Amino acid sequence: MNVLAELAARLAEGEIRVIDLTQTLAPEFPSISLPPEMGQAWPFRIEEVSRYDERGPAWYWNNFSCGEHTGTHFDAPVHWISGKDLPNNATDSIPPERFIGPAFVLDCSQEAAKDPDFLLTRKHIEDFEKTHGRIAPRSWVLMRTDWSKRHDPVEYQNYDEEGQHTPGPDVDAVKFLVAERDVLGFGTESIGTDAGQAYHLRPPYPCHYYMHGAGRYGLQCLTNLDQLPPTGAVVIAAPLKIRNGSGSPLRVLALIDG
Amino acid sequence: MLRQKRKNPVLRTRLPTLPPAARSRVALGLTAAAALGRFELQQCRECATVQYPPREACQKCLSTLLDWKTQSGAGELLAQTVLHHSNDLFFRERLPWRLGLVKLDCGPTVVAHLHEAVSRKVRVKAMLDRAGQAVIAALPDKETHDMADDRQLREFTCDPKHRKVLVTDGKTTLGQALVRALADSQAELIWVGHAEPWKKFAGFDELQKIPQVTLVPLDVTDSKNVREVAAEIAGKVDIVVNNAEYHRGFGISGRQGVETARAEMDVNYFGLLRLAQEFGPAMRSRGADGNASAVAWVNLLSIYALANFPPHGTFSASKAAAHSLAQCLRAEMRPAGVRVVNVFPGPIDDEWNQLLPPPKVTAAALAKAIVGALRDGIEDVYPGDVAQEWLARWRDNPKALERELSA
Repeated sequence: MNVLAELAARLAEGEIRVIDLTQTLAPEFPSISLPPEMGQAWPFRIEEVSRYDERGPAWYWNNFSCGEHTGTHFDAPVHWISGKDLPNNATDSIPPERFIGPAFVLDCSQEAAKDPDFLLTRKHIEDFEKTHGRIAPRSWVLMRTDWSKRHDPVEYQNYDEEGQHTPGPDVDAVKFLVAERDVLGFGTESIGTDAGQAYHLRPPYPCHYYMHGAGRYGLQCLTNLDQLPPTGAVVIAAPLKIRNGSGSPLRVLALIDG
Repeated sequence: MLRQKRKNPVLRTRLPTLPPAARSRVALGLTAAAALGRFELQQCRECATVQYPPREACQKCLSTLLDWKTQSGAGELLAQTVLHHSNDLFFRERLPWRLGLVKLDCGPTVVAHLHEAVSRKVRVKAMLDRAGQAVIAALPDKETHDMADDRQLREFTCDPKHRKVLVTDGKTTLGQALVRALADSQAELIWVGHAEPWKKFAGFDELQKIPQVTLVPLDVTDSKNVREVAAEIAGKVDIVVNNAEYHRGFGISGRQGVETARAEMDVNYFGLLRLAQEFGPAMRSRGADGNASAVAWVNLLSIYALANFPPHGTFSASKAAAHSLAQCLRAEMRPAGVRVVNVFPGPIDDEWNQLLPPPKVTAAALAKAIVGALRDGIEDVYPGDVAQEWLARWRDNPKALERELSA
């Protein structure tokens, strides 16, 4: 049996399981907040076109609207100024084989529970590798924080007078993953790939700056990372083919050994 | 606070009826003034006679040169009677009803609805009735603290006392001033909307301390959310105060693209449409629900709804759209006796008008004007000196105001 046929057979038999890493697109899911004088991303909104009624007697459908960076979404390199001039840097031009890749899942859930401003360091990554082996090139690195289990939007966004407090990677961790591990991208459960207070890091928003500057990708608002093994999962994350799109909401799936 | 005895919830709610609404075009002059809270009667330019009811010509000298002029309303009660029978559907449900004849100091003798506390000296006002038409009400000469509680007078006003109110945005200083003013006016319950509930806002804790207040996540750009909030509370809301507003200071060339303008339309225009579709039907069904019925819908518009202020050009356009829709809402709510109150402030003293020089209307003054309009039964509110002056200029010559605003 060839590999693909075997994959299909094992999927059908439940020997390979599919884990949905996607939050449901719904209006009440929190959206990215910027200062009010700046341009704003649309939150997810949905309007009924018809529902088996006088507006359309036998069919139900909706119009929806949202920004490219809404709900569980993909960040393309062109999203950030550091990636603006790279080739193949947008949702329509990224080679499609990049949308499928192995995943290494770093469990930071205990640290994040203790400290909402937790920053993942290079040392954390190296400690992970001592146990689970070296992060393979062209892999997703997913930061599990159990942030997606904060179902109350107030808890999820976690604002106070000084802004948002959510975990993320520090500057050296991002540089290490890009330069020395050649990762495909970085994924988080919170609203950004960077920490809530990452504006105060140098450079600000290092994960956006270095990942996109090196043509790598981001995934955020992921969920169910607690169901993934530290290594061995394959992630399928294909954004919508928006012309020159900076990102896209998407369905993120992980295949794991049953 | 003493609350009123609650309605037996298993009893039928009576359907709204309206007092007689037919008026001649000339008689609508009285309504136009009453909508602004003014008492105006026709005065002959040639012989100075003040007349009532309104006519096409002066009843004394037959001149057609008649001007609507503000009158004092002071007068003397000549006779009074109490109706115990009426064939009119509206009044037969509200008997007994007090009426009287008042000789006005300015000349004419008028038939007036009588406040129960009137004595010989009275003060008459033109007030909008549930049909939205002007009638004359005679009130006590001197204001008393419980004057507004008069059963007949409450048929003309939209007093928040004992009523349940929704304020759609509690995040702004105006929203919070409105909540305080409504609480001071003895509103029974105040639901206060706040969008994006994960962003805690200044004043949140103070709002929560007001006993009548319940905070509800409400985002007028989210149809599903508006529908769900309405499903929960629309059957109890007596007064909607829609102060949700999106305001940025840009003209056409001041900002690239349409996103800011679209956000203004989404809150200021579509927000009103969503609220009206979801809250309107339930409120219409409760237009005659006893002494604390559904009575009013307040829209925070802007003086820029009348004439565009180019530095805030897209905001002005969204408010003009909202004004037009509010007129539609007014027509659709009127059969239920629910009044649509449009508020046209000049610049509000908030962060979005930071660069405009004073005078600017403060949140507290605007809130006071809105609650005052509900208590007085006013339909079009131009709060503060700036709005009053612009209204006068707009009525005098709309083209001149357009030029002045774009200078």
